[in-house]
Amino acid sequence: MTATAAKPNKLFRAVDVLLLVLAVLPLLAGIVIRILFYPATEGIDISGALIYFTLDTPIGPFPISESQVNSWLVMLTLFWLCLYLTHGITPEGGSRRQHLVEWAVEQVDRLVCENMGEYFAGFAPFIIAMMALSAFSSLLSLLGLHAPTSDINVVGGWALLVFFLITYFKMKCGPLQYLRSFTEPVPLLLPLNLISEVATPVSMAFRHYGNILSGAVISALLGAALTGLSKAILGGLPGILGDIPLLRVGVPAVLSIYFDVFSGLLQAFIFATLTMLYVAGGFPAELYARKKAAKSKKRR
Amino acid sequence: MLELAIGIILGGCALGAGVAMIAGVGPGIGEGNAVAKACEAIGRQPECKSAVTTTMLMGCAIAETTGLYALVIAILLIFVAPSNFINLLLNALK
Repeated sequence: MTATAAKPNKLFRAVDVLLLVLAVLPLLAGIVIRILFYPATEGIDISGALIYFTLDTPIGPFPISESQVNSWLVMLTLFWLCLYLTHGITPEGGSRRQHLVEWAVEQVDRLVCENMGEYFAGFAPFIIAMMALSAFSSLLSLLGLHAPTSDINVVGGWALLVFFLITYFKMKCGPLQYLRSFTEPVPLLLPLNLISEVATPVSMAFRHYGNILSGAVISALLGAALTGLSKAILGGLPGILGDIPLLRVGVPAVLSIYFDVFSGLLQAFIFATLTMLYVAGGFPAELYARKKAAKSKKRR
Repeated sequence: MLELAIGIILGGCALGAGVAMIAGVGPGIGEGNAVAKACEAIGRQPECKSAVTTTMLMGCAIAETTGLYALVIAILLIFVAPSNFINLLLNALK
């Protein structure tokens, strides 16, 4: 390390700490909101997202649900985290943080270039944003919060966004070409092509949401079962010891490693990869290149 | 009579959820095949381990889709459908 990079001044440190605190704050706020709003329950509690309050808009009632609030909190956390990670980046490079960020950016750039080709190199920020949002949303259940990805509305919104992207890139050669692509390879396959067009966003949304929700349901069932078991076995213990579900300590964490951490991260990766594959696969690259070449010839 | 009708609704929903989850057989067999082939591939070419593992995980997650459709149907049948059907019944009786 050179002498110039070694001495971060006090202001730099203070901004660093402030950014980290701001990144953690939304998560704490999420826990506080949940404690304040959540009704006390006994036993199994498997319900959808809790609706905090309903806004009355001219169009109709607009419910603000737990998944909306939590996904905004995740976005805030990611925003401050990104500012923290990119704070104090220098062209010479130096801090460990900078190496980490550069490594991540290089990885995503490489992934996008491998899967989508050079034409789509600009997609890397979108892909990593989607990955980070999805991964952090799924990991939110580690804090005991409702993961926004276990709500079909959130994931369905992302899948719709991807669907619009796919359609936009399919229409790059004009709407006529897009309509004609449905009758390929033979016009007889038109209904099948239409169905598969609609099935893409549906399957993407269901895959992501089903994986996360099944983890949440199994965790809730296991928690309830362990509570009942410890009541039956340890209920005879004197005083407060009998009331605490001791068997619930630690055991669900093992399952949580698979369902929350592994499954959440894998689904984030898969959602991003499928986005890349579908967008790049729907784009008629050869035709577009030919048309572009013909156009530039005409201009000359 | 009403109790019987509600009982039939609840029983039908539970049975339907159970039958829907038979679809879990398909992804189980498919993913088992995928993992077996991946093991073979790694055994043959250990240097390709990371690439094979990544591809296998991707394929497994996609093969899981049909199972997840069944899961979604089962969850809907258990947690959402009974109350809707019972409300329908009560409205019809009014």
